[in-house]
Amino acid sequence: MALFARTPIAPLEYSRTLWMRLWVGAVMLFLYAPLIVLVIFSFNDSKRNVVWRGFTTKYYEKALGNDQLVEALLNSLTIAALATIASLALGAVAAVMLWRFRFPLKGAVDGTISLPIIVPEICLGVAFLMFFAAVGWPTDLVWPFNLGAITIAHITFCFPFVTMVVRSRLATFNREQEEAAKDLGASEWQVFRDVLIPHIKPALVAGALLSFTLSLDDFVITYFTSGPDTITFPVKVYSMVRFSVTPEVNAASTLLIVLTVVLTFIALKAQGVKAIAETH
Amino acid sequence: MAEQDWKTNKGVFAAVSLPTLFWVLLFFLVPMAIVWLYSFGENKGLTDIEISGTLENYKRATEWLYLTIFGKSFAVAALVTLICLIVGFPVAMAITFASEKWRPWLLLGIMLPFWTNLLIRTYALMMLLGTQGFANKGLGALWEGTSWLKTLVGLQPLPTWEPVQLLFNNFAVVFGLVYVHLPFMVLPLYAALDRLDRSLIEASLDLGAGHFRTIMRIVVPLAAPGIIAGVMITLIPALGAYLTPDLMGGTDSQMIANVIERQFKKANDWPFGAALSFLLIYAMFILIALQSMRKKVPEAS
Repeated sequence: MALFARTPIAPLEYSRTLWMRLWVGAVMLFLYAPLIVLVIFSFNDSKRNVVWRGFTTKYYEKALGNDQLVEALLNSLTIAALATIASLALGAVAAVMLWRFRFPLKGAVDGTISLPIIVPEICLGVAFLMFFAAVGWPTDLVWPFNLGAITIAHITFCFPFVTMVVRSRLATFNREQEEAAKDLGASEWQVFRDVLIPHIKPALVAGALLSFTLSLDDFVITYFTSGPDTITFPVKVYSMVRFSVTPEVNAASTLLIVLTVVLTFIALKAQGVKAIAETH
Repeated sequence: MAEQDWKTNKGVFAAVSLPTLFWVLLFFLVPMAIVWLYSFGENKGLTDIEISGTLENYKRATEWLYLTIFGKSFAVAALVTLICLIVGFPVAMAITFASEKWRPWLLLGIMLPFWTNLLIRTYALMMLLGTQGFANKGLGALWEGTSWLKTLVGLQPLPTWEPVQLLFNNFAVVFGLVYVHLPFMVLPLYAALDRLDRSLIEASLDLGAGHFRTIMRIVVPLAAPGIIAGVMITLIPALGAYLTPDLMGGTDSQMIANVIERQFKKANDWPFGAALSFLLIYAMFILIALQSMRKKVPEAS
């Protein structure tokens, strides 16, 4: 009789109705099945991703032994780290500017800062290709300076997201705290460091995570700004996928998926799910 | 407290505004201006481009071939957005009305793919949809099952199963774009539905409207800003999509971004590519202008 013991479904408990559950289940299956299959087949002892032929980790050894792939991954992580730091600084400062001051052409400045979010990736990629060609950006620098062009491009499309997140957080700031600090003798810098920064810290964490993933994820803009010696992970995987579909790509992809999941859980620990959801 | 006038504290204003303004000017506006200028140029030799103020590139973009590609890109992006809306709306409803315990996990379930690398997700989908992938095997099993059922009731069995081509065609492009963009739609929809006053839905149900009618007449109009936000957030990247049509499409499923890419890599016609880029940007601006116009109408009335 357990079936009848449960409380009846209230009118607004849509998520308890059967068809809703089926729908959500089907959508989750749609979203996750390809990824799960990819992860499982990275352990498959077969050259082709078709039939299961037994468990192996040899493709992980192969992927980690592939110098180009490891270098590409290292490049990607370096670019993501640099772009995140710069985007945080630029984005936070821009948010403070837009939140605190009234100045001529404010609407235009506000709009221009958020333009890189709206302009299609392909157009931004093309723009950077032409820009670096026009200024004659050197392509034969030593690591990590050869990543400069890609990093600059990444900062340009990452920092507006940080601005967006920080600005919505600043809207909840109580300015009386700032005044109190100043009355007690704090300088502008001390107010910024000891009052404002602690308040926007959750937004900074969210913004950093967003920048890092956006940078790590980007293929199109990097594809246009990377030279022959500056391959990033997505660009490398792209050429591998174009060439052939191999378990080595699966292994490398699985490693990146694991990294994504770990980063997401770190963010969860720091913030809670709801706060992160609200940043989107 | 109101915003501070920049003149009252010039030092701080300079400190917070100059880095950003400098960056945006040098690394965004200047590159964009270069593209814009080049779109009025023509090729002189292999690497020389002369900015001659010609409108030839824009004229060429209005050729039938490019117009159909633009039209097709819009059609594909609109179809993808519509499918995402239909698929995503119930999911957003389910998350909104889920219990406190379940909601964060459902949200995380939608967000995790969003954080996962786009290329990896596209590749994973390609593996599944290949002629020997699981999607084909599943369809094959269904086919065999139907065939067996038909023999059971005494009919002719179906002809033997031939794997269908699920990849490298227009179907694959739409499927792939829906797969990639679904989280973009669900998250803004959820944000809008979450803010909804539930007593309005309860009132509608109490007054005798069915669930479907309540959703269409109460929930949808109230969540309209979120729906429009979701549509824009899905439509804009779908329109400029490069990777999915490139990897999953066939020869006839080129979208506008693929044509632009070709001008810069294979065809080596930068001025024409620049003109196409700017036409795509103008298209985005028109879409955004339409959205902001729609916002102002109800306020006026």
